[in-house]
Amino acid sequence: MDMDTALLLSILAATVQSGTPILYATLGEMFTERSGVLNLGVEGMMIVGAFTAFLATHLTGNPWAGVLAAGLCGGGLSLLHGVVCLVFQGNQVVSGLALTILGLGLADFLGTPYVGITTTGFQAFAVPVLADIPVLGTIFFRHDALVYLSYLLPPLFWLFMARTRAGLALRAAGEHPAAASAAGLSPVRIRWCGIFTGGFLAGLGGAYLSLAYTHLWTNNMTSGRGWIAVALVIFAFWRPGRAVFGAYLFGGVMALQLRLQAMGANLPSSLMLMLPYALTVLVLLASSARGGGRAAPAALGVNIEPEE
Amino acid sequence: MFLPRVVKRQEPLQWGSFFIFAAALVVSLGVSCALLAVHGKPPLKALAVLWSGGFGGPFALEDTLLKSIPIFLCSLGVAVSFRMQVWNIGAEGQFALGAVGATWAVLAFPGLPMWAMMPVMFLCAAVAGGLWAAVPAVLRLRFGMNEIISTLMFNYIGILFLQFLVYGAWKDPASFGFPMTPIFPKAAIIGPISPATLGRVHWGLAVCAGVAVLLAVFLKRTRLGFELLAGGENPRAARYARMPYNLLVLLVMSLCGALAGFAGCIETSATVNRLQPSIMVGYGYTAIVVAWLSRLRVSSIACFAFLLAGLRVGVEHLQLDLQVPAAFGGILEGMILLSVLAGQFFDRYRFTLKGRS
Repeated sequence: MDMDTALLLSILAATVQSGTPILYATLGEMFTERSGVLNLGVEGMMIVGAFTAFLATHLTGNPWAGVLAAGLCGGGLSLLHGVVCLVFQGNQVVSGLALTILGLGLADFLGTPYVGITTTGFQAFAVPVLADIPVLGTIFFRHDALVYLSYLLPPLFWLFMARTRAGLALRAAGEHPAAASAAGLSPVRIRWCGIFTGGFLAGLGGAYLSLAYTHLWTNNMTSGRGWIAVALVIFAFWRPGRAVFGAYLFGGVMALQLRLQAMGANLPSSLMLMLPYALTVLVLLASSARGGGRAAPAALGVNIEPEE
Repeated sequence: MFLPRVVKRQEPLQWGSFFIFAAALVVSLGVSCALLAVHGKPPLKALAVLWSGGFGGPFALEDTLLKSIPIFLCSLGVAVSFRMQVWNIGAEGQFALGAVGATWAVLAFPGLPMWAMMPVMFLCAAVAGGLWAAVPAVLRLRFGMNEIISTLMFNYIGILFLQFLVYGAWKDPASFGFPMTPIFPKAAIIGPISPATLGRVHWGLAVCAGVAVLLAVFLKRTRLGFELLAGGENPRAARYARMPYNLLVLLVMSLCGALAGFAGCIETSATVNRLQPSIMVGYGYTAIVVAWLSRLRVSSIACFAFLLAGLRVGVEHLQLDLQVPAAFGGILEGMILLSVLAGQFFDRYRFTLKGRS
């Protein structure tokens, strides 16, 4: 293998790693939105997940405890959104923003004493047999457990939505809650599940950042990935397959940006850091121009009025 | 049988916004103080510091008033666009571009006398901030692009653009490598109104008053202003009534950008006297909290801007006196906004324990 191929393969492998946290968060938000709730708090839930994953691993020494803690705390924070929007009929846009402000504050506040401390976290291991496939093996099967777990999510997501009664119920709550209610379902209860699952997955995305992508805690380590995830849900037309594509697209840009910086490219770092955000605008523009917004669940962002 | 039941109110709760805000403040302070206790800080002492730092005494009030100037200006624009159901959360980036625009004016025309410098500075700030907001507006109107995400991404890009300039082309050669422009000439510095009686309170306050009056007249006395307030209630009806809906959206977004640009200009010129990245402290996000607390009513914005500015100043004192991390402010603001959102439910509904009649 010559130098250029090796470099290309290493960038593609890094693409998968950078894309994984975004993939978790995107699928999570997509799940929530399919139940009809817009939760703009992804960035907040993600960073709380990143911190609690770090803390639980730091305390127990077991990164899986960290992953569980991240999911539960991300999900727990998302329940606040549930309280505001499902119980008290608050505005979903503003509540999600508040959740992001709160989550960023919480993680920063509780995490201040731990900034810069390293932890064990996950290590990469080659999957037997699969890792020996030329090219694909190097790109996809020499990572850590959280990456492999993320491979299972999009097919599971699709199966759940398309092939199970529970998935149908979830979609009904997002498309037409009144009809779901008439069919004997409880759309409010379904939306609680949608919100919690989304928060759980956003938490896992955060956990990836502090346990696998890096092995330490720093303030603000999500740096907008949660917002990119919100944009990717629209880009993906609310479908898991396109979410994978979108997440790896961003992973690729972030991997390339790091590589260029490491090679000492003669570009100011502030311009390089702009790349993912500028790409978000472009990608969203492309999908909006194709009428992407029309694929949204019909009752997305609309609260269910309490019965008298 | 004794499960509480939700009943719709015939009329909105009397003094609702006051009670709801008071309750939300109590809840938020309670939760935040519990967190302080977790962190091993004395919660009651922290409350005392928070109060005396932000509101106890002339020096504290002066600080609070100074901080409420940029929050007020950003919040006016946010409130007007939220009223139109345009979810412009880009005040932070528009603030950054305003600061950049004002600084460009100063660097391009350093020799201008003050009477010319001030209008040029404010004009450049308003144009830069306004254009930064107009782009997402056009993208929304032309391509149906979600403005929440575009304005947020423009925040990141705008702040990085500011950094790009002060780390690069605009860096003061004499700053020993610190990312900042040279200090502004005297003609470009917004000075105090009356140092003897009002201390450090600068002419930015007068700008706020002027803007507030102009905006009030515009909203109450002009046809376009009326359409703007009415159009937000029901965009479809507004279109049906042949209101220029697209023009209104473009107008409110640009207005918000221009006002946030003013705020950026004032912070740069009056507070730090030069452009440096430290002016970006999240006023644009606090402005969203203020806008929602004031229920998008322009008249209440001044009060809530002052209150939240006071909390920010109080948190700075917590940092100094008790070594509480600055992020405590985010927790407070997030909690207040969440609990007010939940509390506004009681404006429209009440609980009853009585069975169905």
